[in-house]
Amino acid sequence: MKFGKMKSHRRNRLLLVLFLVATVGGATTFTLLALNENINLFYSPAQINAGEAPINRRIRAGGMVREGSVKRSTSDLGVSFIISDLKNAQVTVEFEGILPDLFREGQGVITLGELNSDGVFIAEEVLAKHDENYMPPEVADVIADAHGEGQYSSGSYEATPEDEMPEMKKVEGI
Amino acid sequence: MIPEFGHFALILALGLSLALAVLPAIGVVRQETLLMHSASSIAAGLFVFLLLSFFCLLTAFVQDDFSVTYVANNSNSALPIQYKASAVWGAHEGSFLLWALIMSGWTLAVATFSGGLNLDMKARVLSVMGALSVGFISYLLFASNPFERSLPFYPPDGADLNPLLQDFGLIVHPPMLYMGYVGFAVPFSLAIATLTTGRLDAAWARWSRPWTNAAWAFLTVGITLGSWWAYYELGWGGWWFWDAVENASFMPWLMGTALIHSLAASEKRGVFKSWTVLLAISTFSFSLLGAFLVRSGVLTSVHAFAVDPTRGLFILIFLVFVIGGSLLLYAFKASGIKSQASYQWNSREAMLLVNNLLLVVATAAVLLGTLYPLLYEVLTDGRKISVGPPYFNRVFVPIVTLLFLVMVVAPHSRWKKTSSNLLVRQHWPYLVAAPFVAITITLMMGLALQWIAIGMETLALWILFLLARKWWLSEFRISSASYLGMLASHSGIAMAILGVVVTVYYSEGRDVRMAPGDVVTLSGYEFRLEGVSRVQGPNYVADQAEFHITKSDKEIAVLRPEKRYYSVAQNVMTEADIDPGLFRDLYVALGEPIGDSAWAVRLHVKPFVRWIWFGGLLVALGGFITLLDRRYRRITKTVGKLVAGVPA
Repeated sequence: MKFGKMKSHRRNRLLLVLFLVATVGGATTFTLLALNENINLFYSPAQINAGEAPINRRIRAGGMVREGSVKRSTSDLGVSFIISDLKNAQVTVEFEGILPDLFREGQGVITLGELNSDGVFIAEEVLAKHDENYMPPEVADVIADAHGEGQYSSGSYEATPEDEMPEMKKVEGI
Repeated sequence: MIPEFGHFALILALGLSLALAVLPAIGVVRQETLLMHSASSIAAGLFVFLLLSFFCLLTAFVQDDFSVTYVANNSNSALPIQYKASAVWGAHEGSFLLWALIMSGWTLAVATFSGGLNLDMKARVLSVMGALSVGFISYLLFASNPFERSLPFYPPDGADLNPLLQDFGLIVHPPMLYMGYVGFAVPFSLAIATLTTGRLDAAWARWSRPWTNAAWAFLTVGITLGSWWAYYELGWGGWWFWDAVENASFMPWLMGTALIHSLAASEKRGVFKSWTVLLAISTFSFSLLGAFLVRSGVLTSVHAFAVDPTRGLFILIFLVFVIGGSLLLYAFKASGIKSQASYQWNSREAMLLVNNLLLVVATAAVLLGTLYPLLYEVLTDGRKISVGPPYFNRVFVPIVTLLFLVMVVAPHSRWKKTSSNLLVRQHWPYLVAAPFVAITITLMMGLALQWIAIGMETLALWILFLLARKWWLSEFRISSASYLGMLASHSGIAMAILGVVVTVYYSEGRDVRMAPGDVVTLSGYEFRLEGVSRVQGPNYVADQAEFHITKSDKEIAVLRPEKRYYSVAQNVMTEADIDPGLFRDLYVALGEPIGDSAWAVRLHVKPFVRWIWFGGLLVALGGFITLLDRRYRRITKTVGKLVAGVPA
């Protein structure tokens, strides 16, 4: 059957299928590209110390905030602190802004930002959970890895509500 | 004793749900009217016992019965009474009891308001809903029992409710959300029931529509309230975070929106029938998937949920059973469903198809972003990642922009075929007017012209103008509630677009260090910190700052943001203070004291931010308005006739 003589509903169906394939294909490509550019890998202090983390790329780093390491600027909102795996590895984090309510020395935090060439982590976001007994699983892993398995676990807290949003996020909407 | 009563009522409810799942089904197979008739009364009993159970838990909270573990973990004797009550659904176990209660409420509603639905069909639908209840209630009893006691050694006082949840928003938000999630069980059950009969007709779609609209409207209210709550309660001034839990509620909403539109086409024109059935199944599946993601702990890296592996496993098995089973049934039965009508590319059918396609693609994109950390971890042997909001914004915004373009035209197109001349004639005046108005208003408000913002505003105004024209042409007398509801919901979306775009492009915000007497100027508003003092709340003490905000030497508002210290749980919480306005919000939140009586302070001026939630509520209102449509009530009678006589 020639294309020109194709029955109209068949032609419609063909057009529809082509349209669907093009749309879905385009959307998939676009989506995967966007996904690829926007994933943030997690690195532990030990990995950062060992030079495994890329420089000047958005990554996440996490660990325990070392007691007595929080230093504030006296003129602006600048703050620096050290995250560690409770063993040898430690990384200095610099941040400018308001720390979350549950940021405290001796607790687990996750930071999002870039590592500079001096090995200092420049954070644009600091996340701390609003549950006291909670340790972010990444941080729990970091510490477990540093101390051998099984000493710490992230699963020791009770279900927090349907808390629709954690206070740890602070990104403007769409 | 009361918790034991509650527990016992829950066990009885499990028995009743089993009966509801099995007895009417046997009735259908054997064509025994008595068994089929039993469905309604069992549904009523199920609801009563779950309600009883719920009230027992409520009583345990109000009476401070800390021997009940769940109460001890989520309440405290100093907690104000309204939060003791809302703490019932403040954490996992109780919120799931609410979920099951609402499920039985919808079941009872179907049993009561399905007047015309014939006996056979009604028995099938209620049996499916009963089976779902069996799953929910056994999950409650075996994996998350809220009535568990910690006798004989129980704490003298409770650990307190998370301060973030001690808020009006949390009292209302979860019930609304669950009404939506669980409400989608109704179109789901009807789809399953219809598949078992093997006959889908227009009456089926007509019967599904009001239920779908109602569930969807509740979900819309729930999501809108959640966004509003996050805005004022979390102290960041953000209103959408692309957090896994938000996505869990957003995906069923997107699918539900697709379902509403495809049901319209199925009812009016008999097209997309089997697609609509698939959507009905998927929408509820996404509700369940949301529950799984939120409660199983698989996404702990982004959020705090229950991390009991049995819970996750239980929901996963239930999920596989429900979704897998229904898709299997669909695979076997759907081939028999034929859609006859033909239509052209510029018809309303085609536009609804594009609407559905885009909504499904948007859902898939959100799903991918939500599950990708999990996939990645599995594929790379434990490597952890997070997917940031930039991904969602980059993918989601273009898709919905296309969707809005279709939304401009679709309501004014015709079934079967729309003359292109007509479209052009209808649209060009508004296409000229919309950007003109957008630019004028932007300039009048003294804001910079940002072309993407103007483009999106144009789109929103274009939608609004055309809807207003419809209303105007009908001389404000639209008789069909469905149509009026559509106008309202679409206008709500347009309002929300305006809100989002203006907020995103024209908000100003700064984190600053301020000492008493300091003044910071933002968007022409002068924020002056007068001082910080201690105040005592019912179960917290707070540092309260006093800000005077002036514009051109005129006092606009006095704001008193607080930093609260909840003594029981040793929690610190930021309580922002907001001067709300139709055209702008002034937002002040206290960070932390940083020496020399200075404080870290977050200041925002957010124009039009309220339009997002007004828009959302208008969208929901539209959904509720459609329920008044007289057609739905009359036509349920015909469903009975049409479905009657279908072989079992």
